[in-house]
Amino acid sequence: MKELMQQLRESAVKAILECDGADSLEALRVKYLGKKGKLTAILRQMGSLSAEERPAMGQLANQLRSDIENAIEQRRTQLASALMEKKLMDETLDVTMPGEQVHLGHKHPMYNVLDQIKDIFIGMGFEIVDGPEVELAEYNFTKLNIDESHPSRDWTDTFYFSEDGRVLLRTQTSPMQVHAMETKSLPIRMIAPGRVYRKDEVDATHSPMFHQIEGMVIDKGITMADLKATLNMVVEKIYGKGTVTRFRPHHFPFTEPSCELDIQCHKCGGKGCPTCKGEGWIEVLGAGMIHPKVLSGCGIDPDVYSGWAFGMGLERLAMGEYKITDLRLIFENDIRFLEQF
Amino acid sequence: MKLSRKWLNEYVDLSLSEYGDRSFAEAMTVSGSKVEVTEDLSKNINNVKVGRIVSLEKHPNSDHMLVCQIDIGSGEPVQICTGAWNVHVGDLVPAALHNSLLPGGVKITKGKLRGVESNGMLCSLKELNVTTHDYPYAVIEAAAILGDYHPIDPAKPSISPDIKAGDKIYGKVIAARVEKLETVGYSQYKLSLDTGKGSVETVTGCQNIHQGDLLAYDTGKDKVCTLADLHAEQREFPHCITDGIFIINEDCKPGDDVAVLLGMDDHVVEFEITPNRPDCLCMIGLAREAAVTFGKELKLHEPVVKATAQGNINDMVKIVVEEPELCPRYTARMVRNVKIAPSPAWMRERIRNAGMRPINNVVDITNYVMLEYGQPMHAFDFSCVKNGEIHVRLAREGETIQTLDGNERKLSTSMLCICDTDRPVGVAGVMGGANSEIEGDTAMVLFESANFNGASIRRTATALGMRTDASSRYEKGLDVENTYKAVERACELIELLGAGEVVEGIIDVVPKELKETTLKLEPDKINALLGTDIAEEEMRRILIHLGFTMEGDIIHVPSWRGDVEHYSDIAEEVARFYGYNEIPTCFAGGNTTSGGFTHVQQCERQIGQTCRSLGMDEIITYSFISPSYYDKIRMPADSPLRDSLRILNPLGEDTSIMRTTVLPSMLEILSRNYNYRNRSAALYEIGKIYLKREDGMADEPKIVSIGAYGPEMNFFKLKGWVEALLADLKVGKLRFEAEKENPSYHPGRCAKVYVGETCVGVLGQIHPAVAENYGVDAELYCAELSFETMFELQGGTPVYVPLPKFPSVTRDIAVVCDSDIPVGRLLDCIMENGGEYLKDCSVFDVYTGHHIAEGKKSVAFSLVMRSDDQTLTDEHAGDTVKAVLSALEKNYGAVIR
Repeated sequence: MKELMQQLRESAVKAILECDGADSLEALRVKYLGKKGKLTAILRQMGSLSAEERPAMGQLANQLRSDIENAIEQRRTQLASALMEKKLMDETLDVTMPGEQVHLGHKHPMYNVLDQIKDIFIGMGFEIVDGPEVELAEYNFTKLNIDESHPSRDWTDTFYFSEDGRVLLRTQTSPMQVHAMETKSLPIRMIAPGRVYRKDEVDATHSPMFHQIEGMVIDKGITMADLKATLNMVVEKIYGKGTVTRFRPHHFPFTEPSCELDIQCHKCGGKGCPTCKGEGWIEVLGAGMIHPKVLSGCGIDPDVYSGWAFGMGLERLAMGEYKITDLRLIFENDIRFLEQF
Repeated sequence: MKLSRKWLNEYVDLSLSEYGDRSFAEAMTVSGSKVEVTEDLSKNINNVKVGRIVSLEKHPNSDHMLVCQIDIGSGEPVQICTGAWNVHVGDLVPAALHNSLLPGGVKITKGKLRGVESNGMLCSLKELNVTTHDYPYAVIEAAAILGDYHPIDPAKPSISPDIKAGDKIYGKVIAARVEKLETVGYSQYKLSLDTGKGSVETVTGCQNIHQGDLLAYDTGKDKVCTLADLHAEQREFPHCITDGIFIINEDCKPGDDVAVLLGMDDHVVEFEITPNRPDCLCMIGLAREAAVTFGKELKLHEPVVKATAQGNINDMVKIVVEEPELCPRYTARMVRNVKIAPSPAWMRERIRNAGMRPINNVVDITNYVMLEYGQPMHAFDFSCVKNGEIHVRLAREGETIQTLDGNERKLSTSMLCICDTDRPVGVAGVMGGANSEIEGDTAMVLFESANFNGASIRRTATALGMRTDASSRYEKGLDVENTYKAVERACELIELLGAGEVVEGIIDVVPKELKETTLKLEPDKINALLGTDIAEEEMRRILIHLGFTMEGDIIHVPSWRGDVEHYSDIAEEVARFYGYNEIPTCFAGGNTTSGGFTHVQQCERQIGQTCRSLGMDEIITYSFISPSYYDKIRMPADSPLRDSLRILNPLGEDTSIMRTTVLPSMLEILSRNYNYRNRSAALYEIGKIYLKREDGMADEPKIVSIGAYGPEMNFFKLKGWVEALLADLKVGKLRFEAEKENPSYHPGRCAKVYVGETCVGVLGQIHPAVAENYGVDAELYCAELSFETMFELQGGTPVYVPLPKFPSVTRDIAVVCDSDIPVGRLLDCIMENGGEYLKDCSVFDVYTGHHIAEGKKSVAFSLVMRSDDQTLTDEHAGDTVKAVLSALEKNYGAVIR
């Protein structure tokens, strides 16, 4: 009997390990361990054994059952993992195939730059102000100390709505200085970006409509040193740390002293190249201390308060940022252009 | 303003070697005179020498070239071939030697011309980049050399090829051979001519004649004939041209550098002068700035006039200023025995390097003084000033004048004119009249040096469309004190150049008292404005150097600084020369402001962000459009939106009115992209429209404008976008109503979107007729939503709703109803009547056709039911469905299928 069991073990384990599928493994389990299986057949013969032999044989039979069960389990695991492996192989993808296309919308490149500027100023405690584009000459010119005979008032330069020249399309965002002074409580720190209009024919660098960003600070004790510190910081944030700046005297009717801010040409480091037209410097913005006449004209006492203001062109900034060579692209709105940014 | 560095040295010691172009430009720029560009004139020309023609002979292999031996001042003469015939032995010529450079980047090297060595090139005026305006004496006149005759029709020559001396050409014109030629003056030649009947002598100015030439000689006029005299065309005498080598008539010798001779050993600095500084539009003004910038002395010259001519101007001229406001000063001097001639080389050179053209001595003097003092001047031919009276008055109705440029000008009664007793002889400050122009025979010249009101000059110049050197200076407002000095300087130059004799006396009309500006020096105020700590002494030093005078704390502003009228102007003067870049960078303390976006701005940003996440690209369109665009979008003729703000002086019709709708702008961009063959496009803009107000101004509300086309585009996609945009803003429940009346949209595919009773906007497919107007044969979809309304309807901060604890139950139903009943109404009906358990309802099928009666449709809904406090039973669900079905039947006659 012992020999029988040994034979059974050998044949069973061999068959199980050679078995190649879950179904045949189950058939083997029935064949060996089932109610009518071979082990049961052997166990049936236990009755013919003596009482002394029975416990030992019983133990052997149990051992045999457990060995066969283990073999089956082992084989089941092997088969399952082989099956999984095959499935995974079958499911292999060409991961270099393109991803499914998601169409994301794009912000207009110029407004990308504008938002960047807004964030910089908001970080410095500025608010953002919006105002009318159809404007009074009084705000666009007169209250900004631009006298009646100034050439910028010419009908060849400015778009007018009324024969008397009272209503016009603003030529600059500077009237927002006046609006802010008249309506806001002091101190003021604001920027006012927006559309402005001048009578320029469309070409690669001109457009009858373009954008400016006006900025203004009014408080007690505001100095030109503060103007320089603030604008230097803004320029560093736009053009990167270590950008070299230069302030140079200029003239605007509504600021005194007035200046223009240049940055050293990043391409040639100031030696002069085509990018900076050989000058070594690139003009970025105009600024100055708000003219005391403008302050008092808006009801602010220039002996108590002082302030500074600046104005910069958005188109040129964006064109510089993205190396856009033709202003017309900005207003053409070709999606092949827009989707580059 | 162009500044010659050589000329500048006359006023300030700033040698080119010590102050190079870059350092000069940088220092001037940061002190306020912005340098645009610096041109080194000598870079254009190199190794061109003055040469003297030692000998010349005909080229052995060419019938029109000459071989010259040129003395260039050192060593052996150099052999150079030339095709020009106007050279003679003894002439001084510009010789571009081997390895030389000419203006325009032309490089000259030695070579062989038809087998004969040529070690360079002799230059014409043009090759040196100058003209006969710079060298008026170098005009070339050409005789008709018969040997160069090429008949137009070879079969019928006007002049026989066998013609010989003495043969008649026509009338008294015969052929004559040059036996001898002698140079007797600059471009003056004495010829001995063989006339066939002996020899005659004649003098000619034609420079292309050489010994042995056969030419046409008019025996009647004793004149060598030019092409014009023979009525010949240039092609008949191809080499007898009025062009040739520049024969130099200057104080120079062989070997001299032609660059120096031409004044090209100079660097010209071009400045951008801001309109508040007209005083810097001249040499003296810029010299003053340079002197202060570099801490140098400013050397000014006081003009001295001898006035040797007979008489006194006060006895000869009467000057009446009838418009004191428009002419604060009129100063004049008189010159007799004027000899019009070219001005000397140094003056022509300075005028040329300043970017102007030399004309003649008198005109050049007026221009020279303008360049030097910044004071425009005018010279009248006094014989043309009737009755010796000058009246500065406004033009009279109907008056006209022919200006110096030859144009007839209609004058209006607001234009200031310089007149004699009868008529205008000049437009004040703009241009003189042809009726009093200086010409060769002018004997008496009246110099005007006047000050005019800038605004008046600018208006006149603009109205006449003639912005001149003079008017562009006057319009900025000039120094009233300058007229006197300038006229004195002009007269001094007249005497210096020997151009005439100055009459004693000066007329100086100052109809109104001149005012001086004084200010108080307040160093603390200046430092407080600048954020500096500049010493008072330093401030005084800068101001005095600039020409301000100090009297204690009182600053007397010099007459030429009309821009300085306030202590902040003084602060700028101080800051400019203290150095803007020396001002510290230091944040002011003071109150802080919080900054940040307003709610409106945040809302706008949020809408933009949602549009982009939905796949739309942002566009920026012009605010102005053409009135015809309203027709293009089929806007009704009586629509109030057609009442746009109209620009009175637009660039063109296309940009002439302010848009009252964003639709044309969006359609234009859609059609452009479509025409660029972009397969699909989805665009948005948050742009303003401009609605006319009673007061002439505009309300400028913002519109969220959406536009799209492409194969994936349809009405419901657009509607989904609008729903998403509004859902993102947490706007309440939306209602869409079919809109059939909007002529821009497809009548069956357009909706208005409402929240409650408030209309947010319109959306739909663009009417095919409108699309066709834009040249698009595809479906275009647009939406126009009011930003203000969206902002106002924006929901507040959401309040948390507990998540469902119990599962939901879904039931699908299909009903049949009349096909014209909107599904949206059915949905509303279901939600209103579904009771407390009905949480959601969606449409999953709409069907017409087989098994459905004509005029009917089947609509299938999926109902989602849930209770918040128990698991829903079949019974609950059944009750809900029952309630829904009965409401549908009752309200819409919809019955279960």
